[in-house]
Amino acid sequence: MSWSLLLVQTLNGLQFGILLFLIAAGLTLVFGVMDFINLAHGVQYMLGAYFGASLAAATGSFWLGLLLALPAALAAGLLLEFLVFRHLYDRDHLAQVLATFGVILFVNQGVKLVWGAAPLHMPIPPLLEGGVEVMPGLQYPIYRLAILAAGLAAALLLWFLVDRTRAGMLVRAGATNPEMVSALGVDIRRLFMLVFGFGAMLAGFAGVMAAPILSVEPGMGDAPLILAFVVIVIGGIGSIRGAFVAALLVGLMDALGRAVVPDLMRLFLAPSSARQAGAAIASMLVYVLMAAVLAFRPAGLFPVRTG
Amino acid sequence: MREAAVPLVLFAALAAAPFAGFGEGYMLTLLARAMILGMAAVSLALLVGGAGLVSLGHAATLGVGAYAVVVLDANGLTDATAVVPVAVAAAALFALATGAVSLRTSGVHFIMITLAFGQMAFFTASSLAAYGGDDGYTLYARTGLAGTRILEDRLAFHYACLGLLGLAYLFCRAALAARFGRVLRAARENALRVRAVGFDPYPYRLLACVIAGAIGGLSGVLLANAAEFVAPSYLSWQRSGELLFMVILGGLGSLHGAILGALAYVLLEEWLSHLTEHWRMIFGPLLVLSVLFFRGGLAGLLAPRRR
Repeated sequence: MSWSLLLVQTLNGLQFGILLFLIAAGLTLVFGVMDFINLAHGVQYMLGAYFGASLAAATGSFWLGLLLALPAALAAGLLLEFLVFRHLYDRDHLAQVLATFGVILFVNQGVKLVWGAAPLHMPIPPLLEGGVEVMPGLQYPIYRLAILAAGLAAALLLWFLVDRTRAGMLVRAGATNPEMVSALGVDIRRLFMLVFGFGAMLAGFAGVMAAPILSVEPGMGDAPLILAFVVIVIGGIGSIRGAFVAALLVGLMDALGRAVVPDLMRLFLAPSSARQAGAAIASMLVYVLMAAVLAFRPAGLFPVRTG
Repeated sequence: MREAAVPLVLFAALAAAPFAGFGEGYMLTLLARAMILGMAAVSLALLVGGAGLVSLGHAATLGVGAYAVVVLDANGLTDATAVVPVAVAAAALFALATGAVSLRTSGVHFIMITLAFGQMAFFTASSLAAYGGDDGYTLYARTGLAGTRILEDRLAFHYACLGLLGLAYLFCRAALAARFGRVLRAARENALRVRAVGFDPYPYRLLACVIAGAIGGLSGVLLANAAEFVAPSYLSWQRSGELLFMVILGGLGSLHGAILGALAYVLLEEWLSHLTEHWRMIFGPLLVLSVLFFRGGLAGLLAPRRR
C-alpha cells in the first residue's frame, strides 16, 4: 500500500467519521437526556438524503435543496416524536427498541412507496465539482473535503450551543441528572423536543451531505445507525465530546481497515477470497473495538453519568 | 391445571394441523417455519423474560447453527447424528464466549454489545467465500437421520420440528421452574439482593446464555433444513429484532407466549405480504401499536383470569 492511498483513506475515514458524528450527536443527546433508545434515528438520515435529492431535483439547485431539506427533516423528526416516541419515554428499553424498530420498517417501506426502490441521484453542485491536488499527482474530490469542512462547522456549532448557551447548559444538566433538572422547574419534555428536533436535523444534514456521494435508497440509514450506536457506546452515552472522538476513531478504523486488511489477508489467502474475507474482517473491526471498549471500560471512553 | 391448558391446546393444534386442513405443502412449509422461529423465540424468551437480558443479537446463534450445517454439508457430512451435536455445540460455544463478555455490562450496554456481536457474526458469515459469501449456500439435500432421508418428507419434518419445539419448550420451562430459574428471575428483579443472599448472578446468567444459544443453534439447523438454503441474512440484526418482537407479541410472562408470537408473526407476515407488496407499511405500525397498547401479549389475552 502506498502513502497516497493511505492519505486518501485517512481523508475518507475522517469524512465518514464526521458524518457518523452528525448522526451520533442527536442519538447520544436523546439517549443521555431521556434515556431513550431510538433505533429509528437512521431513518432521519435517510429522509434527509431523500428530501435533499428530491428538493434539489425540483428546484434545480443543490443549495436550495439543502436549505429546504433541513426544515423538512426537522418536521419529520418532530412528527415522529409527537406520534410515537413521546409515548415511549416511560417504558423500558425493550419496548423502545421494538417500537422504533417498527418505525424503521414503516418508513423504509414508505420511502420505497413514495420514491420507488431505485436509488436516487443527487448531483454535486458545480461550485464544488472537481478535485484538488492534496499531494503531487494526487487529486482528491473537493466535495468530499467540503463534507469534512461542513461537518466540522456543524460540530463546532453544536459545541457552542451545548457548551456556551443556556439551553445547552440545561441539556448537559439533563444528561447528568434529569430528575434534578426537572425538579428545578425546567420543562424537561420541551427541552427534549428541542434536543430531539435538533438531533433529527443534524442527521438529516448528514443525509443531504452524503446524498451526492452515496446512492440514496430505502434502508440506507440502517448501517450508519448501527455504527452510530457503536460510536455513542464507545464514546460514552450522553457525551458529545466522546461521540466526536469515537466517530472519528470508528470512521478512520473503518476506512483504513478496508484499505489495509485485504492486503494483509493476501499474505494468507488467494487474492479473490482475500478480498472478500478482508472486506468482511474490515467491517468487523469497529465491532471488535466496541466489544473491547465495553469489556474494559463499560461506561465508554468519556463517561457522563456518575450516579 | 388451567395454567397448562393453553400450551397443551397449542401443541395439540400444531400436531393436528396437517390433518385439519393445513396439510398442503405450502401451509406445512409455513407452519414449519413458524415452529422453528418459535423455538428460537422460546430460547430468547428464556433470556429476556426469564433472566431480563435483552439480547439484540440472538439471530447470530441461529446463524452459527445454520452455518454449521453448511460447513458439514460442504464436507460431505449430512447425518443428523453428526450435524446436530456439532451445530448445537458450536452455537453454545459462541453464546458462551459472547455471553462471558456481554454480561460484564448491563441494561442498554448489554443490548448494544449483543448487537455488536451479532454484527460480527453477520460479517463473518458474509466473508465465508467458500460457503457462498453474501449470496448464501444451497444445501445439496436435507440432513439425513441415521442413514435415511426421512426429513425430506414434509410431514415427517413437520413432526420433527414439533417434537423438538416441544422438547425445547419443556426444557426451558423446567429450567425456569428449577432453582436455576428462580435465581435468574430474582436477579432480574434485584441483582443486589440476590448477591446479598449469597448468589452470584453471573454464572447463572452465563448458563442461561449458553442454553439459549444451544437452542438457537438447534433452530438454526432446522431453519437451514426447512429452506435448504443458508444466507448471511439469517444473522442480520433485523432478524434479531423480529425474534424479540415475537417474544413481546406473545407476552413476556410465559414461554408458550413466544410460540404464539412466532405463529402470529409468521402468519401475519404471510397474510399481509399477499395483501400488498408494501406490507411493511402495515406491519411497522402494528408493531408500534402492539408495544404501546398490548402489554400482556397474546399469552396474557389467553391466560386464566386471576380472582
